Amino acid sequence: MKRLGLSGNYAVAYAVKMADVDVIAAYPITPQTTIVEKLADFVANGELNAEYVNVESEHSAMSACVGASLTGARVFTATSSQGLAYMHEVLFIASVLRTPIVMANVNRALSAPLNIWNDHSDAMAERDSGWIQLWASSAQEAFDTTIEAFKIAEDIQLPVMVNIDGYIVSHTYEPVTLPDQEEISGYIPSKPMTNRVSPRLAYSSGVVGPPEYYYEMKYQAVDAMERSRQRIKEIESDFNQRFGKDYKDINTYHMDDAEYALLIMGSMTGTARVVAESLRRKGEKVGVVSIRCFRPFPFERLAEIFKGVRCVGVVDRAVMPGGPSNPLFVDVASALYGMAERPVLQSFVAGLGGRDVPTDEFELMFNKTKEGARTGRAGPCVYVGLRE
Amino acid sequence: MSKKLKGWKEIPMGVMITEPGNSVEFDVRSWRTYKPIIDQIKCTKCGMCWIYCPEAAIMIKEDGKYEVDLSFCKGCGICEKTCAPKAIMMVKEEAV
Repeated sequence: MKRLGLSGNYAVAYAVKMADVDVIAAYPITPQTTIVEKLADFVANGELNAEYVNVESEHSAMSACVGASLTGARVFTATSSQGLAYMHEVLFIASVLRTPIVMANVNRALSAPLNIWNDHSDAMAERDSGWIQLWASSAQEAFDTTIEAFKIAEDIQLPVMVNIDGYIVSHTYEPVTLPDQEEISGYIPSKPMTNRVSPRLAYSSGVVGPPEYYYEMKYQAVDAMERSRQRIKEIESDFNQRFGKDYKDINTYHMDDAEYALLIMGSMTGTARVVAESLRRKGEKVGVVSIRCFRPFPFERLAEIFKGVRCVGVVDRAVMPGGPSNPLFVDVASALYGMAERPVLQSFVAGLGGRDVPTDEFELMFNKTKEGARTGRAGPCVYVGLRE
Repeated sequence: MSKKLKGWKEIPMGVMITEPGNSVEFDVRSWRTYKPIIDQIKCTKCGMCWIYCPEAAIMIKEDGKYEVDLSFCKGCGICEKTCAPKAIMMVKEEAV
């Protein structure tokens, strides 16, 4: 075990090195981060024996990853915002071809206007691509989640996206504890669990699926995602046991007796907890829920957690113009629809394009949610911190 | 399609074809609006249609005659264009 001061980006890079990947394909220019820069260092100085493919676009990066993964290699790439958007069509191919690629996505706003700061619009735009989406809210969690992601991806044979908030997690240095290489190697042995290339099996991959077969081929990936719900829980509890952690699909804070709560994703969790703590000291029965596993969406456990809660404020760091509400809110509302007595839901949008969401804005959101709990009615979406 | 279609549990995982040459199972006769008719008297057996057919739907019989396998012919008409003695004619399929 060793303890290093690492940024979220470097924490991911160290995890990828320790996972002993075979192929990294990445586009090195904006909005790329230092994840792949560090990995290029590792490969160049011989610390990591991998094929580092410097491609000409993110579309090519993801395409190279799909090809490499089909040969049975352990594959990694990283991207952000416009880069993820540029990968869009290949993401759908990666999931249905069942390539266990692990990708770090540093969450950043989509243009326009051009912006390289944090929000969740990039990942939200890809939520239907068939990728498992995990969200980490600290450098340590980024390291752990990346290690776990390889296990999950190769077990279920679906690609996994590890999301970390741009700058707030990606460029902030924190102390990170790295397990010994033997422990990681014991958890994810270097020879990937999926190896499709064999002289015994001739096959064509990525073939045409006419109307007679497209549906069945696509459904296999849908079924895999459904089955992953249970497997992710098992893999996560194994991880927790081996490495002494306590990761869950949903993290809760003071939810045992909460009357109202905020539901969020990513790094805003920390600020929300600090504010919830101070409200608790004033006697408020308030809690915080953060989604760590966004795809597959843990709807059953969410309904369990919100039993007896009167109002939930859902904080989206992305918008869905013209939709019934915003992406996270819509998922939460669908998840709770089957509950006999479900909480009132209040929608918030905060922190677009890297705008800070300070504690007083969280107080505002908690107050508005408390009002919903008191009146039993929610208002229209509140765009927190928006100047008129 | 004569063969029973497989379900999602029966096909290989991840958009893979593991049986080489299985396109012979794929009947495309319904794609066609014109079908080629070979006039065996005009045919000089030069084999140009056999070379050019993109679907390999033209077959050489044991007696040296050329015939079209109508399960694989999509009716593109390339054989008609390449036939020097004009022995191949594209004829409209009758309405089904």
